[in-house]
Amino acid sequence: MTSLTLFYTGLYYFAAIVLVAGVAYRIAEYSRTPAPLKIPTTPAPTTNTGVVLRMAREVVLFESLFKSNKWIWVFGWMFHIGLALVLLRHVRYFQEPLWFVVEFIQPYGKYASFAMVAGLLGLWARRFLVDRVRYISTPSDHLMLALLLGIGVSGMMTTFVSHTDIVALKAFALGLVTFDWHPVPSDGPLLVHLTLVALLMIIFPVSKLLHAPGIFFSPTRNQADNPRETRHIAPWAAAAERK
Amino acid sequence: MAGPEFEVPKLTEYTDVPKIMEGAMAHSKSFPAPQASQTSLGYPWQLTDDWHDRAINRMGELLGKYRSLRVFMDACVHCGACTDKCHYFLGTADPKNMPVARQDLMRKVYRRYFTLPGKVVPWLVGAEDLTKEILDDWYNYYHQCSECRRCSVYCPYGIDTAEITMAGREILNTVGMGQKYSSEIIAKVFKIGNNLGLPGPALEDTLLGLEEDIEADTGVAVKMPLDVKGAEILLITPSADFFSEPHVESLIGYAKVFHAAGASWTLSTHASEAGNFGLFNGNYETMKKVAMRIRDAALELGVKRIIVGECGHAWRVAYSFWNTLTGIGYGGNDPFSIELQKQLDPRFPQPMHICEYTWDLIQKGQLKFDKSLNDDRVITFHDSCNVARGSRMGDEPGGQFTIPRNIIKAVANHYHDMAAETIGEATFCCGGGAGILTDDLLEVRVKGALPRMNAFNNVVQNNGVNFLALICAICKAQFTKVVPYYGFDRSMVGGVHQLVSTAIKLD
Repeated sequence: MTSLTLFYTGLYYFAAIVLVAGVAYRIAEYSRTPAPLKIPTTPAPTTNTGVVLRMAREVVLFESLFKSNKWIWVFGWMFHIGLALVLLRHVRYFQEPLWFVVEFIQPYGKYASFAMVAGLLGLWARRFLVDRVRYISTPSDHLMLALLLGIGVSGMMTTFVSHTDIVALKAFALGLVTFDWHPVPSDGPLLVHLTLVALLMIIFPVSKLLHAPGIFFSPTRNQADNPRETRHIAPWAAAAERK
Repeated sequence: MAGPEFEVPKLTEYTDVPKIMEGAMAHSKSFPAPQASQTSLGYPWQLTDDWHDRAINRMGELLGKYRSLRVFMDACVHCGACTDKCHYFLGTADPKNMPVARQDLMRKVYRRYFTLPGKVVPWLVGAEDLTKEILDDWYNYYHQCSECRRCSVYCPYGIDTAEITMAGREILNTVGMGQKYSSEIIAKVFKIGNNLGLPGPALEDTLLGLEEDIEADTGVAVKMPLDVKGAEILLITPSADFFSEPHVESLIGYAKVFHAAGASWTLSTHASEAGNFGLFNGNYETMKKVAMRIRDAALELGVKRIIVGECGHAWRVAYSFWNTLTGIGYGGNDPFSIELQKQLDPRFPQPMHICEYTWDLIQKGQLKFDKSLNDDRVITFHDSCNVARGSRMGDEPGGQFTIPRNIIKAVANHYHDMAAETIGEATFCCGGGAGILTDDLLEVRVKGALPRMNAFNNVVQNNGVNFLALICAICKAQFTKVVPYYGFDRSMVGGVHQLVSTAIKLD
C-alpha cells in the first residue's frame, strides 16, 4: 500500500469516527436537556401527527424560510436538494449491486451538482451584497461556503473535466467499508475532493452544520400545542415540586 | 407633553427595511434595579466582584436546563432570514436589533466558553471573552427586545430570540444588573399581589365605584364581586383593568357579559393580577411563584372555572404554562395537579380566555347586542404578539385570530383588517412588551411601534378606521402613550370588551 493510500484510508476512518461519534454526542446532549415549558410557535399543530407533518414541511420544503425570504429560500433549497441528490448518487461507491433508486438517480445526481453550486454562489453573494447579512457574517461563515463550493467544484471536475478512474475509486471506497483496502486513485481533483469532504465530516459536530440535527430538537417546531390537555413538566421542575 | 429628545420616524405606506446604522441605539439604557426589589427577588443589586464567573456559571446552568437555549445557540447558520423581521430593527436601524445579532451577543460568549472551535480559534467563529462591555451590550439590547417571537416564525430552525433574551436577562440579574421596571413590578406582586401594588381595600373601593358608574349609566345593577367563596368562575385579569384607561372599559365589558349570562363569578384580592413578569426575565421559579397565587386563590375560593381577562403575555403564561407551573389544566396524574383538577369543571377548558367565554355565549345565543351603538366606530384589530404566537383560543390552531374578530363583528358593523403581512402570526408587536413599557425606554417604544403604526395609518387613511381594538393590557398602555407621537388621538385605542360593553343589551 502506498503512503498516499495509507493516508486517505486513515483519514476517512478518522473522519467517519469523528462525524458519527460527534453527532451522536450532540444528539445525546440535546435529548438529555429538557424543555421545561411548552413553547411551540403558534398557530401550531395540536397532535403529534400534526407535529410530524410540520417538521416534514420544514425539513423538506423549508416552509418557514419560504415565508421569510424568497431569495434565501431559492438558493438554500437549490443547494440542499442538489446536495441530497448528489449524496444519494454517491451511494453507488459503497454498494454492489446498486439499489434501484441509486441507479435511477445517477443522471439527475450528476446535474444536481450545478444546482448545488449555483445555490452556494447565491448564498455567498448575499454575504457581500446585503448589508444586514454582511454585518452578521463571520470568517467561518465564508469559509464554510468556500469549503462546500470547493467540494462541489472539485467533484464536478472529476465528472465533467478530467474523468477519475471510477472503477478504482469504487474499489477504494468499498474497501473502506469491507476492510479490504485498495489503492486510492491519484488524480488531483479527486484528491482535493476527498480531502475537503473529510474536512467537512470532521468539523460537522462542532460547527453550525449542527442545524441539521438541531432542527429536530427545536421546541418551537417539535412541540404539539396541547398545554391545557396534558401536563408538561421537566424532571428538574418535577423534582423541585416534590420538595 | 414635552417634546421627545429623539426623532419620531415618518409614517410610510410600507415599512421599508432600513440600511443598517451601527450604534444607532447604543445610548439607550433602562434604569437599573434598586436594592429593595432586587433583594426581594433574591438577586444582587450591584455588579458583583465575581461577575465573570457567575455569569458563565449561570449560562452553563441554563444551557443544561433549557433545550431551547442549548439548540438555539448551536443551530443558527447566519442565513439572514430574520434580519428584517424585528420591529425594533425596522424602527431604529441598529443592526444589534436584528434578531440574529441580538442572539449573537450571547452566542459569541457561548462559543468562547462552551465550544471547541471557540476555545481554539475564537477569531474564526466570532467567539469572544465575556467582558463588562459585553454585559453592557446585553443590558442595552436585551432591553430592546419585547420577546414577541416574530423572528421565530421566520427562522428555518424556529430559533426564538425571546428564549435568548430571557436567558440574557436572567444572567444579568444574577450578576446584579437587573432592570428597575420589571424588578419592582415582580417585587410588588410578591408583596401585595398585583403589578400596581393595589392593596385589597383599594381594590374593593374601586370595584364599588365601578358598580355605581355602570348602574348610573345603564340602570342595571351589574356587580363586580370580590373574594366570593363558592363562586363558579374566578376571573383573573391584569390589574391595569382596575383603573387605567382604556383598560377599565373592558373590565366593565366582562362584568356585563357575566351579568347577561347570569354567571356566578368573582375576582380575588390575593390573585389580583393576570400579568406575570416572571416570563420576561427567564426565571422559572419567579414565574411559578407569581402564578401560584392564582392556584392558591382558586383552591381557597373553591371555584370551578378560571377565566383570564384581556392581557397578551398573561394569556401566554396562563394558556401555555399554568398547567406546568401550577396544575391549572388537565392531564396531570400527580397529587399536586389532581388536588386542583378534581375541583375544576371538566366540561370547559382550563384556563379559558374571556374572548373564548364571550364567543361561546354569542354562539349559543345567550347574549343580545345592539350593533348600531358601535356605528360611530370603524374598527381594526391588532393581534397581540403573545396571543398570536405563544398561545391559542378555541379548538383549532389559529382560533386566537378568528375568535376576537368574530366577537368584534358580532357587536359592531364596521370592521377592516390591517395588511395581511402585519396581522395573524405575522403581527407586529406594539413595541412595549416584555418589560419595555417604561418611560426610560420611550425612544425604543416609539420607534418600535413604527411598523404597526404604518399598517394602522393605511387603514385609517384608506378605510376611515378610527378604533384600534386590543386584547392586551400592555398594548393598551403602550398605544395610548405612543399613538400621539404619530399624530393619532389616544381615544382611538381600546379593548375588544369595550366594544362588547357598548353594544350589549342588559336586562
